[in-house]
Amino acid sequence: MQMPPLDPAILARRSEIVAALRALVPGEGVIDDLEGMRPYECDALSAYRQMPLVVVLPETVAQVSAILRYCQDNKVKVVPRGAGTSLSGGSMPVGDAILLGLGKFNRVLEIDYANRCARVQPGVTNLGISKAVEHEGFYYAPDPSSQIACSIGGNVAENSGGVHCLKYGLTTNNLLGIEMVLMTGEVVRLGGKHLDSEGYDLLGLMTGSEGLLGVVTEVTVRLLRKPSTARAVLLGFPTEAGAADCVAAVIASGIIPGGMEMMDKDAVKCAEAYVGAGYPMDAEGLLIVELDGPAVEVDYLVERVSGIARDRGATTVRVSHDEQERVLFWAGRKAAFPAVGQISPDYMCLDGSVPRGRLVEVLAEMRQMSKKHGLRVVNVFHAGDGNLHPLILFDANDPGELKRAEEFGADILRLCVRVGGVLTGEHGVGIEKRDLMGEQFTEIDLDQQMRVKCAFDPDHLLNPGKVFPKLRRCAELGRLVVHQNKIPFPDIPRF
Amino acid sequence: MAGTIKPRDAKELRQAVEWALNDGVTLDVRGQGSKLALGKPMICDQVLDVSGISGIVDYAPEELVVTLRAGTPIREVEALLAQRNQMLAFEPPDLGPLLGRETGQGTLVGAVMGNLAGPRRLSAGAARDHLLGFSGVNGRGEAFKSGGKVMKNVTGYDLSKLLAGSWGTLAVLDEVSVKVLPAPDQTRTLLLHGLSDEAAVKAMCAAMGSPYEVSGAACIKDRTALRLEGVAPSVEARLKGLRDLLAATGAPMEELGTLESRTFWRDVRDVAPLSSARDTVVWKISCPPTEGPAIVARIKAQRPSVEAFYDWSGGLIWLALPSNADADQAIVRGALGSTGGHATLIRGTDGVRARIPVFQPQPAALAALASRVKESFDPKGLFNPGRMG
Repeated sequence: MQMPPLDPAILARRSEIVAALRALVPGEGVIDDLEGMRPYECDALSAYRQMPLVVVLPETVAQVSAILRYCQDNKVKVVPRGAGTSLSGGSMPVGDAILLGLGKFNRVLEIDYANRCARVQPGVTNLGISKAVEHEGFYYAPDPSSQIACSIGGNVAENSGGVHCLKYGLTTNNLLGIEMVLMTGEVVRLGGKHLDSEGYDLLGLMTGSEGLLGVVTEVTVRLLRKPSTARAVLLGFPTEAGAADCVAAVIASGIIPGGMEMMDKDAVKCAEAYVGAGYPMDAEGLLIVELDGPAVEVDYLVERVSGIARDRGATTVRVSHDEQERVLFWAGRKAAFPAVGQISPDYMCLDGSVPRGRLVEVLAEMRQMSKKHGLRVVNVFHAGDGNLHPLILFDANDPGELKRAEEFGADILRLCVRVGGVLTGEHGVGIEKRDLMGEQFTEIDLDQQMRVKCAFDPDHLLNPGKVFPKLRRCAELGRLVVHQNKIPFPDIPRF
Repeated sequence: MAGTIKPRDAKELRQAVEWALNDGVTLDVRGQGSKLALGKPMICDQVLDVSGISGIVDYAPEELVVTLRAGTPIREVEALLAQRNQMLAFEPPDLGPLLGRETGQGTLVGAVMGNLAGPRRLSAGAARDHLLGFSGVNGRGEAFKSGGKVMKNVTGYDLSKLLAGSWGTLAVLDEVSVKVLPAPDQTRTLLLHGLSDEAAVKAMCAAMGSPYEVSGAACIKDRTALRLEGVAPSVEARLKGLRDLLAATGAPMEELGTLESRTFWRDVRDVAPLSSARDTVVWKISCPPTEGPAIVARIKAQRPSVEAFYDWSGGLIWLALPSNADADQAIVRGALGSTGGHATLIRGTDGVRARIPVFQPQPAALAALASRVKESFDPKGLFNPGRMG
């Protein structure tokens, strides 16, 4: 993985840039010493790190606007950062770019229960929103596993998901509005407390744009009333195919569970050893199906799902009887990553999506690859929506292993694309999958996306080195050669 | 009268756009043309008719995805899904009767291009939330794609969101993949009679904030309607819960069964209460739900003959006003005040729509950004020029 070469002219101007930022953000909002910048040198994709040019932590929208305008005028690059929990390197610093941290934007501005929404600053954590409204029985639905730490601004940038996406959608389906600052320093508002946009859906475009288009300074999210009941069903199958069939059968029968997770045998073993959730050790494929809603509905659906599972040969069918047991069923799944960390010095977490019908075949092929690369792989996934999280186990102290793990990961993601899936379901492209974009998109596809980028950031100053494998200049992308009247009318029906 | 080009497949579509680009020909892009009376009237050199690129490509009910060509009639898609007890959850309205046409016309992609949605917008989202991916041709005559056929996908920019609601001004699509959902077993409606607008919106917001999973909340005259969908035991339990929750309103209550409910909500979806009078203009206002009654009251103060009803818990106002030279746009848009909402003229004569902005005018910085986005797809302005004005 290569980052763009650093611009010596910018590095040479470092002290001038730091001084200019100090004039815009007074006090301790500008950090330029090595020790102070150390916590920012990487995000949750910690295999890759680079010290930023300087860190700036603004407190007001006016300051964000002034910083971006300065950067635009002086052609200085900017990497925006929320809580730094990106698994794809989305907020990894760049040596010749300012790191713009939004951590001080940490206030809940307004909670409006009648209109079921909350207006918050981007640095508020995902869980912080739910915590702020839980006493009234409300919550914010998307629940990425980093929800205790990740910021809502970062969720907007990455279009974060979670285990309840199948029923409740991703970030993009739960946003009502944002305020953002463009590279010119202009502040624009998209959406609000109402539904749907008045022109092009720029809110939808911004969501998942990985910090390449603008800096979000305020977010309005939709709040949902908590379901009155939730119960989980633990289903063990003697084969992975049996578990996968059960997932398809549940959905085909018209049931959309609140969550439907699958773990392979190795993941079950790790998780069980780590938290003792009572998982069946003889299962080759384990499903956790959560059903939520009014109690009578949940009871009814639990029966139906259990019946479908038995018909598909489930050897374990256990229904949670109280909240404690439901949480225990989930504890193993939620601890799967740290549990894997117990049996391997390092692991790499991938994030492809595939059509559910191809799940079994993808798993089998992944095992073949595992043999080829000589590295183990453990699988947990959001089975309901076909979102895989293979964990490749390796030892970073062995210099050859990181490279092999990267190659293995790339092979898995190519496989996802080959069976009709995509490179990333919820973690984002960042730097991690940047060089694989050509597997899913043609050059024309990518050029069109880069032209959209040019509409927001014509000098490619925002979050450089991310998402696009090869950045083309906007002037070049915008060139249009027209052969005036030289193309004959094609042979198409006309009247 | 402009001539018509009718490509038969994606390749011919690309050739047609390439030709138009080189000859500087502007294109009126349409499927069945069922929504031609919506948006700014256009003067184009040619009609690009995509209705010949039609048919279902792939339908996998257990994957909850249908892939189809751009000219496929929406009726064909809905009939196919119904065979497997599935549906387009965003409930695309049939605006035919409102716009003075027959019912049952239009393509699914046409509904997506308008980002249309019915009463279930509240709980299930709009067309934008269900478009998983597409392929098409941009204004440079290049075939490109975005998104995919899977539920969870954050690979690259989400151009599907931009295309949904772009009224054909960014690219011409040839194929789309759309998320579908199981159709509910049962549909019931709780009607509350005699509430004022304010009390109705208060009741609807309370219902939406309850755990009873309300999938439609509308108020037509003095009838406030709340829709519950799902399996029978659940619907029964939630109905009871809602009755208890709203008992304090003192309103007489009535229940509609599945069949009656379907008719009722289809009428709400298709704006039937305002469709019959032909000499009115019709506005659609999107606003924060609790602001709905005040907005209507401000308009009523100046135009007492206004007819209005609410959907989306008060957040969608349908308004009919006697036709006049400017559709009373200053009064309607002025009534929004600082609510942040927007008003779109859905029905008006060609003359009125040519005179006033059909879509809500945007602040300068946002309008400039939107026009740069348009240029990034269609630098020569070939597709539906001016339609979103």
